[in-house]
Amino acid sequence: MSDDRKLTYAQAFNEAVSQMMEADPDVFCAGEDIGAFGGVFGTFAGLQAKFGEKRVVDTPISEQAIVGLGVGASVTGLRPIVDLMFMDFICVAFDQIVNQAAKLKYMFGGDATLPMTITTAGGGGLSAAAQHSQSLEALLCHIPGLKVVMPSNPYDMKGLMISCIKENNPTVMIKHKRLLGMSAPVPTEAYGIPLGKGNIIRPGKDVTIVAYARMANEAIIAAKELAEEGIDCEIIDPRTLQPLDTDLIVDSAKKTNRVVVAQEAVRFGGLGAEIASQIQELAFDYLDAPVSRIGAPFSPVPFSPALESHYIPDAKSIAKGVRDVMARR
Amino acid sequence: MDFSSAKQFDLHRRMVRIRLFEEAAGRLAEANKLPGFLHLYVGEEAVASGVCGALNDDDHITSTHRGHGHLVAKGGDFNRMMAELMGKSTGYCKGKGGSMHISDTSLGMLGANGIVGAGSPIAVGAAFANKYRGKGQVAVAFFGDGSTNIGAFHEAANMACALHLPIVFACENNEYGEFTPRDKTMAITDVVDRAAGYGMPGVIVDGMDVIAVHEAAVEAVERARQGGGPSMIEAKTYRFYNHHGVQNLGLKYRSDEEVAIWKQRDPIFTFEDRMIENGVATRANFDDIWAELRADIDTAIQFAEDSPYPTPDQIMVNVYTSMTGAN
Repeated sequence: MSDDRKLTYAQAFNEAVSQMMEADPDVFCAGEDIGAFGGVFGTFAGLQAKFGEKRVVDTPISEQAIVGLGVGASVTGLRPIVDLMFMDFICVAFDQIVNQAAKLKYMFGGDATLPMTITTAGGGGLSAAAQHSQSLEALLCHIPGLKVVMPSNPYDMKGLMISCIKENNPTVMIKHKRLLGMSAPVPTEAYGIPLGKGNIIRPGKDVTIVAYARMANEAIIAAKELAEEGIDCEIIDPRTLQPLDTDLIVDSAKKTNRVVVAQEAVRFGGLGAEIASQIQELAFDYLDAPVSRIGAPFSPVPFSPALESHYIPDAKSIAKGVRDVMARR
Repeated sequence: MDFSSAKQFDLHRRMVRIRLFEEAAGRLAEANKLPGFLHLYVGEEAVASGVCGALNDDDHITSTHRGHGHLVAKGGDFNRMMAELMGKSTGYCKGKGGSMHISDTSLGMLGANGIVGAGSPIAVGAAFANKYRGKGQVAVAFFGDGSTNIGAFHEAANMACALHLPIVFACENNEYGEFTPRDKTMAITDVVDRAAGYGMPGVIVDGMDVIAVHEAAVEAVERARQGGGPSMIEAKTYRFYNHHGVQNLGLKYRSDEEVAIWKQRDPIFTFEDRMIENGVATRANFDDIWAELRADIDTAIQFAEDSPYPTPDQIMVNVYTSMTGAN
């Protein structure tokens, strides 16, 4: 076993699913094109060959029924992984996600357990236009009963996906499409990263950047550039957005006194707004500047690369946000 | 099919339990003793009873917003049901769900459901799990005529057939989707015509005749149990009370004559007449049964009224399986 073995983000997801399916016969996968085809992003590649059609199930293009399959199978004792190809398709299945999966336990007075994972792929940057590029995590984080996970790298992907599968609550694992090919060392053994625990990607003293999924990687690039200007950034990746590791974020804000939150979703009503609000409630007296939010403009995701490249936040826009916050006296 | 007198009494008892529970709930609602909405099952008792009478304890059902009858027919406990309707901590859902979410997963009753059509995909999931485990359990999705017009039903029916799952789609066609007659909302008369489009067999039964419903259910459940895949039963039935509540609220969406004609076909009274005619039972038998079950209802009302309300510290309990959610 070598600790420097590298896997892509997609392979890390696949290995997590495969190892959990080996460990627990109640785990199965269902979704569109995930069987022989291995999923449109290749994240389920080889699983049907390994575990058979009974446990890796090709479904009709029926998002409500796919999530309903997960709800009904989990509440009767299995541990489903149901895939919704593109995150935008959660809208098609929203009743089953929001009114059923998230609420059954509560409405039944606790007499239900739903150990199901909904997997999907979010984010832009592929000229996939407005119905295949969205970052809708804020909609899910607003729903009591759901957990929401967005890994930023292969190591976190494997550990978080294993935790999602083991989790006894309905959990949404959001893969970022632009990170699927990202390669990094991933341990061979099965390991979990606790849901609700964030990660300090880069310690620093001058300013905190809170960023998740692809934006965490953009923040790393921005931090390198800013270091050359003498600005020492601390980067916090919450990894799980619901529940959110508010303590980690607030502690960092108290230390650096300045915070920028970066999200790929539209700025208005996003996770950045929630995080900024938590910081001002819990660390107001420590702040030397208003918490700044970096996010997309309030429009659907545009198609043309000429537009989309300006639409999605990147290292440049994060660096600018940091400089603006640092300029406040 | 010939059913034993014990089976006939069993089906009868299920129907009377539903009727008494629902009429008691109606009276309590009229006396403003029940918070929230109330969708009564009176008139449709033969459907839940005939179908659930064909199920084992470890088979699963999903239900609708008109769900009390399904839970009673699956063996629901009056005390816990009545307490739930009153929002008490001793209720099935500890006062968190109420009439529209009443459930008992230990009886395989996966919840009444406030969203029309949402139960069917969940039943498909239960059926999938049952096939996966291979222990011969089946799932039944109860649904109304109106819910066959919603996409979730179509997705569920198609997926169940595509995956060849052990499931029965049991349609309660009561001719109205809320307050609008069926002929305004679909261009076909019989919901079961839709079954062929998914590739499953379907039958129409008189939903006021518990034996007819039960015969069809036994056949469909047995087909599912033996690996024969999904089937649909359309039971033609009628709700004696309103879409919700007891009185007509002055809404004239159906005629008094129409209601009167259906009430003449009361599923319980017609069945009692038949059992007497066939020499299976006497009027005195039925008097005893009604009296016994009325006493159970009185006990349940007393239990519910004496039970405490949940305390505010229960609001955050059971949002998650462990209390790790954010505030």
